[in-house]
Amino acid sequence: MTDEPLLRVSALSKFYGSRVGCENVSFDLWPGEVLAVVGESGSGKTTLLNCLSTRLLPSSGTASYRMRDGQWRELYRMSEAERRFLMRTDWGFVHQNPADGLRMTVSAGANVGERLMAVGDRHYGRIRATAVDWLSRVEIDEDRIDDEPRAFSGGMRQRLQIARNLVTGPRLVFMDEPTGGLDVSVQARLLDLLRGLVTDLGLAAIVVTHDLAVARLLSQRMMVMKDGRVVESGLTDRVLDDPRAPYTQLLVSSILQV
Amino acid sequence: MPTPLVVSDVAKSFTMHLRDGVTLPVVAGVSFSIRAGECAVLGGPSGAGKSSILKMLYGNYAVDEGQIIVQHEGGLIDLGSASPRTVLAVRRSTIGYVSQFLRTVPRVSALDVVAGPLVERGENREGAREKARSLLAQLNLPEKLWALPPATFSGGEQQRVNIARGFITEHPILQLDEPTASLDAKNRDVVVDLIAAKKAAGVALLGIFHDQDVREAVADRVIDVTAFAAGRIAA
Repeated sequence: MTDEPLLRVSALSKFYGSRVGCENVSFDLWPGEVLAVVGESGSGKTTLLNCLSTRLLPSSGTASYRMRDGQWRELYRMSEAERRFLMRTDWGFVHQNPADGLRMTVSAGANVGERLMAVGDRHYGRIRATAVDWLSRVEIDEDRIDDEPRAFSGGMRQRLQIARNLVTGPRLVFMDEPTGGLDVSVQARLLDLLRGLVTDLGLAAIVVTHDLAVARLLSQRMMVMKDGRVVESGLTDRVLDDPRAPYTQLLVSSILQV
Repeated sequence: MPTPLVVSDVAKSFTMHLRDGVTLPVVAGVSFSIRAGECAVLGGPSGAGKSSILKMLYGNYAVDEGQIIVQHEGGLIDLGSASPRTVLAVRRSTIGYVSQFLRTVPRVSALDVVAGPLVERGENREGAREKARSLLAQLNLPEKLWALPPATFSGGEQQRVNIARGFITEHPILQLDEPTASLDAKNRDVVVDLIAAKKAAGVALLGIFHDQDVREAVADRVIDVTAFAAGRIAA
């Protein structure tokens, strides 16, 4: 385990006019760490995720990323092309709605292969073999490789989106409500899968969710957001078992027991 | 040899913001230490704060005051003020924990649940599974269950999986929260043997045992938690 973080975020803020998107968020993320960002809708968690993944530029603050060569780069000072390259290779982004992260009208195999071609692989046989391997890792049968994701169920689409994101061996994955909108049985399967992949690959991940059970299962660390600010952060089990901030106590006490 | 765990003047209360900010004092002035090769037991009635103390000593509950000094990888760390990342490192290599209930993860087999902590510490999967098999056999968990996820196991079966998971590593400090609560006499004896083996290996153990037979069999010393109930007088 390395002693240097992968991502350093300092005093990040995003305003929409006079409205606060997120304000003064700071944290470090280390390789292999999964950070959950929780809070209700409108708390700023998605704004934060979009700023971190450079899909949105913040109003102020900095975020530095340690590249594969060990160099630290300031994310918001990189050129658009550099950021896109990072997004295609070293990062993944799993959207809540798979249709936002997949190309719905090309085959499942092409959805996975496309990312490989983006990092320069041109060998058809090898690309297809890797695609088959990844489809099996996300539990999609090989005989569905030529089908379009339009013909897939919601859970399968989400698993395909994960394969598409992980095939290039990213070091950091952003996830926005990865299990939102899925049936609970499908959710459980997806969570298992994510958990296994994150552990086996040693991925760092930032997972935005409003579901505390998802956060408990996937993450080691947690940030609780309200009105754009971080109201509490710490070890996931500490925050959930001994919540300190009034808002966290409200969130934890609102969980339905089954 | 340095003392693996020193607790000094630790206090804990809960502030209930949803109940008009009322503060419930739990414990104050908690001070004790555990030597290597010793098994200390937290004693006192239900509600005295035994579990809260154990949870603070694992970083699961925050600490209001005081220090929890842990001998970790050749240095000293205050668990009460350590960063989440440090707490995780302490859990990985220094403090093991056997909880009362197993938090099951869907679709992971009992064998891999038990082998998990070793794999996390970088041991190869097959070697870890081999140790897991031998522990599960020692705890009399039927072999046909090993490949199944423990979610559907009985309370006693889950408890044994949990115990095996806690005992498989060589953490120098091991905390036990009622590990024998739902076990029959035969398996309680196995746990007593496992604890004796840990003591012999120089592990510092701290536990809560309501079962008097087990407590008498394993405890070198009982720490009376009612002595730390300072806030209770005022409340």
